[in-house]
Amino acid sequence: MNTKMQTQEKTDLLVVNKLTKYFPVRSGVFQRTTAWVQAVDKVSFAVKNGETLGMVGESGCGKTTVGRSILRLIEPTSGEVTFNGEDIIKMRPKSLKALRRDMQIIFQDPYASLNPRMPIGEAVMEGLQIHKIGHPKERWEVAINMLKKVGLEEYHARRYPHEFSGGQRQRIGIARALALQPKFIVCDEPVSALDVSIQSQVLNILKDLQKEFGLTYLFIAHNLSVVEHISDRVAVMYLGKMVELTGRDSLYREPLHPYTKALLSAIPVPHPEVKRDRTILKGDVPSPLNPPKGCRFHTRCPIAVAQCSQAEPEFKEARPGHWVACWMVE
Amino acid sequence: MTVSAQNIDNLKAEAISIEERSPFQVVMMRFVKHRLAMVSLAVMIVIFIITIMAPYITSFKVDELNVNNYFVPFGTVDEATGRVHYLGTDNIGRDYFSRLIYAGRISLSVALLSVLISETIGILVGAVSGFYGGWVDAILMRFVEFMLSIPQLPLLLIISSMLLRNENLIPIPEAVLNFVGKIMLLGPKDARNAILIVIILAGFGWLSSATLMRGTILSLREQTFVEASRSLGATDVWIIFKHMIPNAMAPIIVDASLGLAGFVIYEAALAFLGFGIQDPIPTWGNMLSATQQYMFDKPWLPLVPGLPIFICSLAFNYIGDGLRDALDPRLKL
Repeated sequence: MNTKMQTQEKTDLLVVNKLTKYFPVRSGVFQRTTAWVQAVDKVSFAVKNGETLGMVGESGCGKTTVGRSILRLIEPTSGEVTFNGEDIIKMRPKSLKALRRDMQIIFQDPYASLNPRMPIGEAVMEGLQIHKIGHPKERWEVAINMLKKVGLEEYHARRYPHEFSGGQRQRIGIARALALQPKFIVCDEPVSALDVSIQSQVLNILKDLQKEFGLTYLFIAHNLSVVEHISDRVAVMYLGKMVELTGRDSLYREPLHPYTKALLSAIPVPHPEVKRDRTILKGDVPSPLNPPKGCRFHTRCPIAVAQCSQAEPEFKEARPGHWVACWMVE
Repeated sequence: MTVSAQNIDNLKAEAISIEERSPFQVVMMRFVKHRLAMVSLAVMIVIFIITIMAPYITSFKVDELNVNNYFVPFGTVDEATGRVHYLGTDNIGRDYFSRLIYAGRISLSVALLSVLISETIGILVGAVSGFYGGWVDAILMRFVEFMLSIPQLPLLLIISSMLLRNENLIPIPEAVLNFVGKIMLLGPKDARNAILIVIILAGFGWLSSATLMRGTILSLREQTFVEASRSLGATDVWIIFKHMIPNAMAPIIVDASLGLAGFVIYEAALAFLGFGIQDPIPTWGNMLSATQQYMFDKPWLPLVPGLPIFICSLAFNYIGDGLRDALDPRLKL
């Protein structure tokens, strides 16, 4: 049993290869494309079956775009996304619809992600209706079951979203994503809009459900502590590029990329006397409209050398299982 | 002043009951508080009941002539049969009261049907236009703007005179003729006349509701719950009917009630100019139109059909205002 589990864990459920998304900037009377926002640029990674891959980075770095491109909620410019051996990017609408049963998303804003005119029970069973699974009565039962799984009661099912708190709504969003029994869920900052006290509650529900259903998560967040709590491996993004990807412990103990180091040094320490060795980055994140040549981080990097502004570092496996894109890492 | 335990219990009970209210109930609560709208609603209900009861409360047929008894005063008793002309008779001796009631039934039905058709078309066109955007939107909206920029009354006159003269220009199925005939208490031939007017009115009425719907859809399209539905595998049709239209109904309902007022007036205007529903079918508009020559000698003749036109359009406007306030999500009572 144990060995079987291990081999299963090793297989890649989702492989993302050189995923790129450029958004056109249109201007003028004829709406010609005058520039491109390079939101995500050649990002490659894999998510293993049953694991949680955390993805961190500051706002605007393309985390969310990656999550939505994987689900094809936005069409990527180029690249490959292979899920269970099938290329999602080339999929036709019909097979894409079938795929939606296996891949789901939990949204950041619990207030906007539920239709205000739809009772939440109906919202949870919407996926079943769309895929014509079961009879109406069975669907309703599934919906109530799912609501119970996230700590809500049967009598809640007929209520409308405005009658719930943010945390409850986020749990409803989780129930909706789970109703189709997916294998893989993109959690797009699911707790960043919530109160700190509610955050842990939602995180624990996510963890429990992962155990119960054998789910795989891509967990997008900007809060490093949250990511440390839930992830098996962590990817760090900067300005549309992935800069580091490794196991959680190795990332938090021995980060290789200077950007990751700076991020980690910004985590507040809950002890008044501990002196922190903070790396303060200079300047702002450059615009993705016109990203710096070479390594995108070189304008703010404390250890940049001449080479960094000329050529882009490759995203390579510097240590076993530890991927990083930096010239200074050997 | 102290808060007793009883009060706290009441507060709790109230808090719970607020939680139990559906959006519909909340809207109803707010609407009921709008006094002018409630009075208007009551007036309109009375008027509708009267027109529905038309055959039972009138004693004369609408086209029953009594050439010797034209322009008799209010309350004159018909000597041969003992029936009363409550509002006198018109220029060719037809009972004014009966005509007024039947006319109300026809005018209001025309307005209601026009609103139903124009809002349905407006909702669909606006939803498609706003949802798909791009060239679909560009074509549809340019067409709407083109139509809206034409002076409407002259165009309405041309089209209605064209349609009324060539009866077979638009084929209307028998079933529709019979159905509309039943609503308006008209024979199939006269029903055709009424339906043509409905088509003309709705043909222009949908333009503004389409632009209204498009604007609402444009803002809804970017909402996360639409993306959520898409991620569940929903088709465009599903999203439009399950998520877009239910959320866009509030302005449409308001538009519809204001539209009723507009159509009552438009129908009257067409009839007044002689291009609406033709005599002997009574409508408020053509009754008003028929009094033109006599209105200085006998001023009550235009007032009798004019007053219900005025009351209905006012009442529909107030109801619309009340609904607008009740449906506005920013107002929380």
